[in-house]
Amino acid sequence: MGEFKVHRVRFFNYVPSGIRCVAYNNQSNRLAVSRTDGTVEIYNLSANYFQEKFFPGHESRATEALCWAEGQRLFSAGLNGEILEYDLQALNIKYALDAFGGPIWSMTASPSGSQLLVGCEDGSVKLFELTPDKIQFARNFDRQKSRILSLSWHPAGTHIAAGSIDYVSVFDVKSGSIVRKMVLDRQHLGVTKSRCIVWGVAFLSDGTVISVDSVGKVQLWDSATGTLVKSHVIANADVQSIAVADQEDSFVVGTAEGTVFHFQLVPVTSSSSEKQWVRTKPFQHHTHDVRTVAHSPTALISGGTDTHLVIRPLMEKVEVKNYDAALRKITFPHRRLISCSKRRQLLLFQFAHHLELWRLGSTVATGKNGDTLPLSKNADHLLHLKTKVRKGPENISCSCVSPCGSWIAYSTASRFFLYRVKYERDNISLQRVSKMPAFLRSALHILFSEDSTKLFVASNQGSLHIIHLLEGNFKHLHTFQPQSGTVEAMCLLAVSPDGNWLAASGTSAGVHVYDLNHLKLHCTVPAYNFPVTALAIAPNTNNLVIAHSDQQVFEFSIPDKQYTEWSRAVQKQGLHQLWLQRDTPITHISFHPKRPTHILLHDTYMFCLIDKSLPLPNDKTMLYNPLPPKNESDVFLRRTAHAFKISKIYKPLLFMDLLDERTLVAVERPLDDIIAQLPPPIKKKKFGT
Amino acid sequence: MVEERVRVVRCGGSLLNFRRAVFSADSKYIFCVSGDFIKVYSSTTEECVHVLHGHKNLVSGILLNPNNHLQLYSCSFDGTIKLWDYLDGILIKTFTVGPKLHALFIPPHAEDSVFLTILKEDPDVFQLVSVKLPKSSSQNVEARERTFVLDYVNRSPKCIDFGNEGDYIAAVRDFYLSVYFLKKKKTCNFTLPSTKNKKNARNRFTCVACHPKEDCIASGHMDGKIRLWRNFHDEKQYTYTCLHWHHDMVMDLAFTVSGSSLLSGGRECVLVEWRDGAEKNKEFLPRLGSTIEHISVSPAGDLFCTSHSDNKITVIQRNLDACAVIQGLVKDRSISTGLMVDPKTKALVLNGKPGHLQFYSLQGDKQLYNLDIIQQEYINDDGLIQIELKKAAFSHSGTWLATVEQRQENPSELEMQMKLWVYSKKTQGFSLNTKIAMPHDDHITALCFNNAENYERPMLVTASRDGHFKVWVLADDSDIYKKAIGWTCDFVGSYHKYQATNCCFSEDSSLLAVSFEEIVTVWDSETWELKCTFCQRAGKIRHLCFGRLTCSKFLLGTTENAILCCWNLLSCSLQWSAKLNVSVLEADPYSDHVAAVMQSAAGSDLFVFKPSEPRPLYVQRTISREEVQWGVFVPRDVPESFTSEAHQWLNRSQFYFLTQSQCLLTFSTKSPEEKLTPTSKQLLAEESLPTTPFSLILGKHRQQQDARSSETSENELVQLPLTENIPAINELLHTPAHVLPSASFLCSLFVNSLLLSKETKSAEEVPDEVDMEENKDSDDSDEENDVTEKAQETHNTDLRDDVIHQLSKYEEKELRKFRKVDYSWLAAL
Repeated sequence: MGEFKVHRVRFFNYVPSGIRCVAYNNQSNRLAVSRTDGTVEIYNLSANYFQEKFFPGHESRATEALCWAEGQRLFSAGLNGEILEYDLQALNIKYALDAFGGPIWSMTASPSGSQLLVGCEDGSVKLFELTPDKIQFARNFDRQKSRILSLSWHPAGTHIAAGSIDYVSVFDVKSGSIVRKMVLDRQHLGVTKSRCIVWGVAFLSDGTVISVDSVGKVQLWDSATGTLVKSHVIANADVQSIAVADQEDSFVVGTAEGTVFHFQLVPVTSSSSEKQWVRTKPFQHHTHDVRTVAHSPTALISGGTDTHLVIRPLMEKVEVKNYDAALRKITFPHRRLISCSKRRQLLLFQFAHHLELWRLGSTVATGKNGDTLPLSKNADHLLHLKTKVRKGPENISCSCVSPCGSWIAYSTASRFFLYRVKYERDNISLQRVSKMPAFLRSALHILFSEDSTKLFVASNQGSLHIIHLLEGNFKHLHTFQPQSGTVEAMCLLAVSPDGNWLAASGTSAGVHVYDLNHLKLHCTVPAYNFPVTALAIAPNTNNLVIAHSDQQVFEFSIPDKQYTEWSRAVQKQGLHQLWLQRDTPITHISFHPKRPTHILLHDTYMFCLIDKSLPLPNDKTMLYNPLPPKNESDVFLRRTAHAFKISKIYKPLLFMDLLDERTLVAVERPLDDIIAQLPPPIKKKKFGT
Repeated sequence: MVEERVRVVRCGGSLLNFRRAVFSADSKYIFCVSGDFIKVYSSTTEECVHVLHGHKNLVSGILLNPNNHLQLYSCSFDGTIKLWDYLDGILIKTFTVGPKLHALFIPPHAEDSVFLTILKEDPDVFQLVSVKLPKSSSQNVEARERTFVLDYVNRSPKCIDFGNEGDYIAAVRDFYLSVYFLKKKKTCNFTLPSTKNKKNARNRFTCVACHPKEDCIASGHMDGKIRLWRNFHDEKQYTYTCLHWHHDMVMDLAFTVSGSSLLSGGRECVLVEWRDGAEKNKEFLPRLGSTIEHISVSPAGDLFCTSHSDNKITVIQRNLDACAVIQGLVKDRSISTGLMVDPKTKALVLNGKPGHLQFYSLQGDKQLYNLDIIQQEYINDDGLIQIELKKAAFSHSGTWLATVEQRQENPSELEMQMKLWVYSKKTQGFSLNTKIAMPHDDHITALCFNNAENYERPMLVTASRDGHFKVWVLADDSDIYKKAIGWTCDFVGSYHKYQATNCCFSEDSSLLAVSFEEIVTVWDSETWELKCTFCQRAGKIRHLCFGRLTCSKFLLGTTENAILCCWNLLSCSLQWSAKLNVSVLEADPYSDHVAAVMQSAAGSDLFVFKPSEPRPLYVQRTISREEVQWGVFVPRDVPESFTSEAHQWLNRSQFYFLTQSQCLLTFSTKSPEEKLTPTSKQLLAEESLPTTPFSLILGKHRQQQDARSSETSENELVQLPLTENIPAINELLHTPAHVLPSASFLCSLFVNSLLLSKETKSAEEVPDEVDMEENKDSDDSDEENDVTEKAQETHNTDLRDDVIHQLSKYEEKELRKFRKVDYSWLAAL
């Protein structure tokens, strides 16, 4: 008989959408990623690649281009012809501006950052000036015959290169006229293709233009003469993306075969100053098209249809071999998509455009540790809730089911929905709570109190709303306004089981703790350098446990307004080296109702039970003990036992929680199932098959 | 003839693929190491032009002298470096270094220092040293002063290369590449992951090559990858790119002279040309027959050559067309057929390429041809169970060839086929006549044809482990015209369900002896009656053979318990027996001698005896340190005339044997200088031009113009072959094309000299004519006798005039015949 009965859930049919664009911001070391459903995510590369912000997508707003301008301003453009600017503080869309050129295929900011250039379906290249809070159309360049698929500025800002179908044109920025036109060859290994689409161009400061095309070539052109300098055939399929390092000594291209090639500028011989571009390493981390690549000073970043974001560090640029030097593959969002009703054993799954409510199966059988028990009752799919499509199919940004299971709340970018669920034996009835107040427009995080009487909503204005829920009705209790002057959005909430305390954390500032009885700010946990990835308040003791993206775990006593002894001990000794090297953030923390010393937490690849009563591991002890002690009297295992008990049985783990003291629920999403739902990759002959 | 001591000599067939072949600067010649010799081949005609001999042990490296392209350096396990003039085949200098030299490198601008790989400590630590070759006029120079360069290198010269005009040395071993910069005296090491998993274990380096123009190093790996390293001046900033096509290890790499292409080869038997170092831009030359061991590129850039594991060198043009093949004795497979002699060509026949029988000319030391027995595409892959050619036998006259091939995946599944091939006079080759699937239920242990010379019914006997021996006869096939003939089973014999292990026909084919484990049975081949049995209870019979000629009444057998028995067939009793652990027992078909090779711990000993008396006629101890696997008597072209009893066995035939390590050895009484084969001698003479009949013509042509000849080159010997045909035509056809003058020039000379014989005498007829002169008048001058013996061009005009006057009728007839000869083919040349 094991310690826990585990519901191993594999029916969460979640498929992340493919990555369309990535844009790297050198100034803040952040990476913006846009997906094919219009979602834009911001990753903080300094904070252990944590996905700190996200903007829910919209089906009609498929992004085709993403760029940073003027330092911190993020713009995107898409096939609906609009240019969007994102508000990175409030986490909403500032404005959308139609460029009036049909679908926009490409966009790039000038080297100075004050101008924005878009390439449109009708062949026009439009220049926009950035004003402090908007952008303004400046002028059109010479119009081309076919769509402009790629754009690149000369680092001096005097010329631009524009890739179109079958040719690359070079414009003079001052006059807006075409200076040079370079026609590409449609032939590929003797086969002539119907057209040659220039998927990407890059303008180097020495006047070289690099083009990548659908024929599978990477070509270097001299823009002064318009001649082809060198041609590299690297793929049988399209080469879809290119990114050049700031030093212009290396560039990276991504192909439709899932391969990323690195090109480097190396001297021909050690004695001569002559340099040449050579293809060096290929990386095959993707199974599908690599739609986009980026080149940070130390890493190659690629993303594509197979939904992985891959960050491959360049070994020669990495100074010390720490966890920054390891390959990162980010597949799942760093936020919670699943909520759980413990009392009714329900799971609410959040998809892009709908919610699913499932009741867990049950069993009467018992077995030994490690046994798979037969189900006496299968899991039930209770509810399939589609979003209202009045303003177009917006993506759901967050959702929650109440612990009693009778309330479901979700929010899109523009609307908030609350449902009352009634269970009558096998039937379920769903009733929408209408007449939501006007201030409840969009939410970043929704949470119900433990007794399901209160609803906490973190809105994107930085305010926190508390709503009292009655039978089929609701009452607005209070709104905590953000600290004066900041519009920092709160995106993580935690409420104490006794209902007295509410903790809220924003994207960068510290964690605020509110007293719910007196409806006032109780205290603020001192700010820490790394963003918070998970929050929870322990029952009885009201200790707030905070996990940060650098894998640090803090325990803060709310009544005492200070860190607990255990937390201080952890900080003093430091966590285990291998623990700090884990590369996925802790996404959920929960507690054992009967054992106050236990903290349960998990990330995508492991589940950990921290026993505060045991000594902390130091770097000499083994962090991952492969087998739990089978024999309780085993002295050696006792002696080596430490506070961190880690299980890696379930992976990739999206959610794990305690239903009651003997039951765990684990939601897994095997990668193979995701790949099976993706479109088939380009078929390649594999030797030996 | 003075009888000398009989020595064991290596008789050709040594490995041509031990090291990379080297081209001469003008790509006319290919040099390759061949045992203790260096062979110079013509790259166009595939003929061996010279054999440079002088080393006393294996030659381990050859290179052109970078300062003089007409000279060749070689190094050897005997510790010397030799400098050769390869055009004349002359040894110029010998530098004695001392230790065993494993490889030789000469960077382009190193004045007089060479780099050598020597053993530092056993078993596998080698170091690269440089040796300054002192300038000295004497022939033998000591060069013992060595400067240490690089430690712990691989012994194979493929693993070291010099780049950028000798600026740096790239050396690979195991999992790392080290680049040593000669000027800066700095080493950069680059290591590949080696241990973590199975995939990494295949990262091992196998070979390296440096780009001739750029700073780029190509390395080959076990897993078939080729890595192109750049920026290796910095241990951190280095970068490499992978080219992956080979599925098995890359055996060798070479850059073309301009560096625009990289050539690679491996077990796939495909030469791959990578253009511009790009993965997508590659060309292939497939179906090269066997694993590519080495690749070399001519300095002129117009030719490549690949050395293969089946002892073959393929010359390839720049456009990847194979244009010539130099084939030695194929030795990379286990020899299961044993050694045989083809009665028609007198060639040695044994397993060759997988699935082939090779016909190997011992005189010419070259392969005559390959007979494809299995007739299936050979797939070179590890762990694949191939069909193997197990047994073969020729009929007495060579018209029939029987082969047995089998494939056994597990003990219960045996696939076996027996094929019978008939020699077709029209095509001058063997063609398949009968294919018998599963002739026996188990392995065939022996097969033999009957011996009778003009016997109408050729007969084949197969003995098998299934306890039967079968007799196969040639019979009418079920063809309505009764024209087709095929082989059918005539008789099946067995003896108490014992396994049949050997079979043998007596000389007149009236008796067949079949051994069944310990028992020898003798059968009448007419009636298939069991005549008698012999049983010695001395272990299973290993060999069985009948005596020949005067000893044909004796039957010899050897057993596993090391007993050699001789039974008298007339008395049906044991004549004598001896305690000998015989590993090879061969009877000479042309004499009554039998050779037995005895296996002992110290080596193998040879005994030659006559079955009639239990006394060895000749004993040679330790003919080889290894086990002798097979032996065969090969008839001599010209019988020798040894008179002593001990040497008589060498008169009619020569005994060749093959050891475990597949060295083909024989016995000879001649000194090594004499052993030069006639062809090579002839070619040697041809190389210096004045000695072919054509050069005779040319010489005469010049003489006519000069009106006077000088008495030169009298000391040069030439032996004109004594053929019934016209020597001129013979020579024209046999002379390598590259040494012939242009055809237009030849044509007029040739025709003129033949037709206008009233004024001038054709040179080809000199020997014949002089012969006749001799017949006519015996009081010829000494000078003329010299001519007959040496066939020199030194006769003066007087003599020629004499000769013209004495044209015989026979000669006139011959000349008339010439007029009728169609010379149109000459125009087509």
